[in-house]
This record gives sequence, structure tokens and C-alpha cells, in this order.
Amino acid sequence: MTNPATDTEPCTEYRLCGSELLIKLLERQGITHIIGIPGGANLPMYDALTRSTIKHILARHEQGAGFIAQGMARATGKAQVCFASSGPGASNLVTAVADAKMDSIPLIAITGQVHQAMIGTDAFQEIDTFGLMLPITKHNWMVRSAKELLEVIPQAFEIALSGRPGPVSIDIPKDVQNQIIEIEQFPEPGVRKMNPIFDIQQVTRMLEKIRHAERPILMIGGGIIYAGASKALLQFAEQLDLPTIQTFMGLGILPSGHPLSLGMLGMHGAPYTNLVLEECDLVIGMGVRFDDRATGKVAAFCPKADIVHVDIDHSEIGKILNPVLSIRADVGEVLTSANEILEPSQRPLWRQRVAQLKEKYPLILNGQDDLFSPYGAIKTVASLLDDSVNITTDVGQHQMWVAQVYPFNRPRQWASSGGLGTMGFGLPAAIGMALAQPERKVICFTGDGSLMMNIQELATAAEHDLDIKVVILNNNHLGLVRQQQTLFYEKNLSAVKFKQEVDFALTARGMGMKGVNLAVSDNPLLDLKSALLEQGPCVINIPIAETEMVFPMVAPGGANRDMIHGQTA
Amino acid sequence: MSHDRLSVLKLTVNNHPGVLSHVCGLFARRSYNLEGVMVRPIAGNPPNRSRMWLLVNEEERLPQLIKQTEKLIDVINVEQHELKDSVFEITQQFFV
Repeated sequence: MTNPATDTEPCTEYRLCGSELLIKLLERQGITHIIGIPGGANLPMYDALTRSTIKHILARHEQGAGFIAQGMARATGKAQVCFASSGPGASNLVTAVADAKMDSIPLIAITGQVHQAMIGTDAFQEIDTFGLMLPITKHNWMVRSAKELLEVIPQAFEIALSGRPGPVSIDIPKDVQNQIIEIEQFPEPGVRKMNPIFDIQQVTRMLEKIRHAERPILMIGGGIIYAGASKALLQFAEQLDLPTIQTFMGLGILPSGHPLSLGMLGMHGAPYTNLVLEECDLVIGMGVRFDDRATGKVAAFCPKADIVHVDIDHSEIGKILNPVLSIRADVGEVLTSANEILEPSQRPLWRQRVAQLKEKYPLILNGQDDLFSPYGAIKTVASLLDDSVNITTDVGQHQMWVAQVYPFNRPRQWASSGGLGTMGFGLPAAIGMALAQPERKVICFTGDGSLMMNIQELATAAEHDLDIKVVILNNNHLGLVRQQQTLFYEKNLSAVKFKQEVDFALTARGMGMKGVNLAVSDNPLLDLKSALLEQGPCVINIPIAETEMVFPMVAPGGANRDMIHGQTA
Repeated sequence: MSHDRLSVLKLTVNNHPGVLSHVCGLFARRSYNLEGVMVRPIAGNPPNRSRMWLLVNEEERLPQLIKQTEKLIDVINVEQHELKDSVFEITQQFFV
């Protein structure tokens, strides 16, 4: 008999077990890598995987596996697969799946489960994976027979990729993996469904609203990137002369230096960006969900503006703000329609006012010439690289500094945990980006607190000799917590200092990669440059002062106009 | 039965394990007030469908609640229904 797991053409009849069928269906979906960790309850999957063309990447922790797969998905827009065993394997995946839900990432988490006869007996490594994954996925399944895989796997891909993308989870008991099934034909691979149909009149109405507005602002987010609509957006913004604000998830859609780009809004947005929103009379939100970190206190958000909202997820429309006009559609299709019918216009007065605000209330870049200060470190790294590199961050102060000043110039250049804010995201996500796009170097900006949360994946990066540079802005503190305690808890610092310092350069070497500590370097700039430019994985430690803070800052729950500013240099 | 803010939703859903969890889980995690649930399989074509009746105590958030419910993959259809003569009024005698 031929090996069913490696056949490429469907023939008349196959006899194979559930796990072989699973792997075959994943091959047919075009999956090239699976990231995971084997264990008792997914042994049959790993057995079948050895007979497959799919490359397996062995992570060191299931959360790492989930974020590596996410990094691949964020770089490519394609659905990616991670594997874990039952019990702790599945529960370790939970954070990465929840993170994918918040940021709309097509992640397919496939877990082993104990034998169906054992379910409900508190069996070894049994956990209610279906229940765990239910609130953090678009949809999830417990597969009860090998035959069900024929429907579930294509449907999982269809759901993960359709409309607003997102994660799905499939729990497969071990007996289902072992069950022998005879099938005549494989199902068609699951693909993205047709987008919802919209009324072109709505686009005309949107263009009318824009024409009648005196001070319109375009607000763009991750939805533009997922729709592959960055070019259409650029044309739309330029033709209508619309000053454009990007959300955290939307960074990179407009080149950072574009004259219409106003950078990022919200809690750590530039002062002028938030102040422009105080004056605007129309906000056109496209592929955004008006997250609280972006809007600040909702009642005080854009107080003079009407809202137009375009989003593919109809439950986002009216969730936070009530728009005067909404279009439930793929934002790319709306932009393409709009670009066909719009009449170009100019808004010299509004543009002049925006320029005035930009000049009067800029982002203050203290220390930008000092390598051992946050802005200086980030800007120096950026100056040594070109736009071909991908960037990931972890979560905290360094993440906000990077979002503020790194010159993102293309969509999908940047991957960061926006919605869930998961420390430990950056390193495994960088591994995923490097696996998906080996021709691109990846810089992972991180903090000492974040890196420790998934530091075991340094060994994974070393094992595959990936071109990843982990740049640590190291203040030996949980910096953003320290900042909040300083600003909002009368400097009552609580549990934010690491009394045991970690030698990250030494740790990197222990994990099989190069480690550079600029703190003890004779020529830090030269060492940074050579570490960044050579091929292969490397950890670069850059000490910074723990007293550094991210400014401006809107207090949680506060209005965006009430920004706390730092001292000017 | 106090009628002030109560609405009745009539759902057609796939009849397989986990559907009730998906619906009730949605209500729990978005803190929508759910006052009653009635669910039974329904006969007819296509097979494997259930009717789920929900009694919800939401006014302002009802449109958002309906949109979120419609997004669930196993929910085929959501309709609003009168409270009067609904399954909840008829069965009130069992809930005293």
C-alpha cells in the first residue's frame, strides 16, 4: 500500500488513521510548518508527522509554540498551526490563543485529548480544553470521530480566515487519532469566504460626509493590513487630502514620513496627534475597533466629531461609539469602490492647522542621541537597518517607545501584542516571522521583564540559526508598572525591582547563541552595529535607567486631551 | 413576570454538543443578563437543528447582544419575539 500521508493526488480510496488524516488535511491546506510540543495525548499526530512534508518546529514551551505560529501568521496573513498535548500542554497554549483572538490572528491550535472513554474521569493530563478555548476562539471543536475531521479541518481554516480573522481550536481525543477510516476523496481545503455584500450608495454617502466636513481625520487600524488594503488606503487618503491617524495595530500602513501621517493616537500618542482629534469634525474609522487605549475616556473622544465606521465585523459597529454612518464590509473593497468614484479635493486650511499643531506639540524625544536611553537606542538600531527588517516587541515601556519612534514603512513589518498585551510575545513571534520570511532579519525589542517570560525560546532560535536580534532595553525593573506606581500611587514602588539581576548575554551563550552586553563594551556603537548586521541569532543587552518613563501618558480612564508630559530636555 | 426590560430571542442552532456552552459562554463573558433558557431539538429539514429560546434582560445593549450572538458559528438564525405568549410566559407556573 502507498503511504497515504505523502500522496499528493487524491486517489479512489484511502485507509488511514485519524492522525494521518489530520496531517494529510493540513498538507492540503498548504501548511509548511507546525510548531508544537509532543506529549502522551498527541503521540499519534507526531507519529504521522514523520511521514509528512511538513516541517515541525519543536518549541520549548507551548505558549512559545503558539506565539511562533502567530509570528508566522502575522508576517504572512496565512493561517498557521500549533500543536500541544492534553492537560498542561493545552492550558499552556491558552495565552497565545487568547492573544490571537484580541489581535484577530488566524491561528489554528490543535490539541491532543485523553481517550474518549476516559473523559470525565479526571484522567492523567485531562483538562476541559473545549471549555478553556471556548471564550478565546472564534469557534472550537472537540472531534468525536475520525470522520468528523473531514469537515472540521477545512471549516477551521475557513473560519480562521474569513471576515475578521481569528483563532480556532480543535481538540482531538487519542482514540480518534488512532481510529482507522476509509475515505474515497479528500475534502476541498478551507479558504476565506466571500466578503459581505455592501451597498455602493453607502460609499457615496461616506464620500459626501467627507466632502462636507471641514476638519476630517482618517483613523486606520489592523483591519486595513488584514484586508491587504494599504495601497488603496494611501490612494484614498492622498486623493481626499485626509490627515491620517494610525492605531497601534495599524502602524506601517502609511510610511512613517508620509506628509499625511500623524502617527499613533491614544494613551502614549504624540501630543499633536491627540490634539488634532480634539478639533476634528469627522472621524472616518476604517478597520479599527475604538479600543480604550486608543480612545481614552470614550465620552471625551473627538468631542466635536461625527463618526463614520467601516468594519467587516458588524458587532464592532456601535459597540463603543455610535456612528452617523457605518458600512459593514471588507475595508479594501470599500476603498477600491471609493477610489473609483471619488472626486479629488484639497484641504489647505485644515492641513495648515494640523501642521501648526504638529509643530507646536511634538513628541519630545529626550535622549535621542544617547545610545543608553530609550529613544536613542531605538533610533540608533533603526538607523543601522533598512525597511526590509521585521520588528517585534514585547509588552511594556519599550513597546510604547518603539511604537512612538520606530520608522515603520510597510504593512506587516511590525508584530506586537496589542489587545491582550502579553509579555513574552516578542521572542517567539520573532522566531515565527523569521521562519516565515527567512530572507528578512527580525529585531525583537524587549525588556528584561518581558524576555524572562519566554526566554526558553532562545534555544529554539539558536537551534534553527535564525537571523533574530533580541535587543533588550534593560532597566532591571517592570518598567511600565514602576511608571504607573510613580505617577498614580505616589511613588510607592511595589514588587517592580528584580533583586536578582540576569546576565542576558551569558544566558544567550548558554542557550547556544551570541550575546553582547553593551554595558561593558569599549565601543558600544560599533559592537551594536556588527551584532545587528551579521547573520544569525544574537541577544544585545542595552542598559537604561529605571527612572525613564513613556511620555506623554493619558491616565487609564482619562480623556486623551489630559496628557501627562515629561520634563523637556 | 416583570416585563420592563425583558426581551425574548428565538434562535435556530446546530444540534450538537457544545452549542449551549457557546451561547451561555458568550452571555457570561460579555456580562449580558440572561434570565431564562429553553432548548430542544426541532424536527424537520435540515435535520440536527435545535430551537433555543432566550429570555434576556437587556435594553440598550440588545442590538449589540444580537450581533454578537449572530457571530457564533453554530447559531443559524436569531429573531426577536414577543414576550406575550412566549414559552417563558406559558411555563411560568413551573418557576414559582
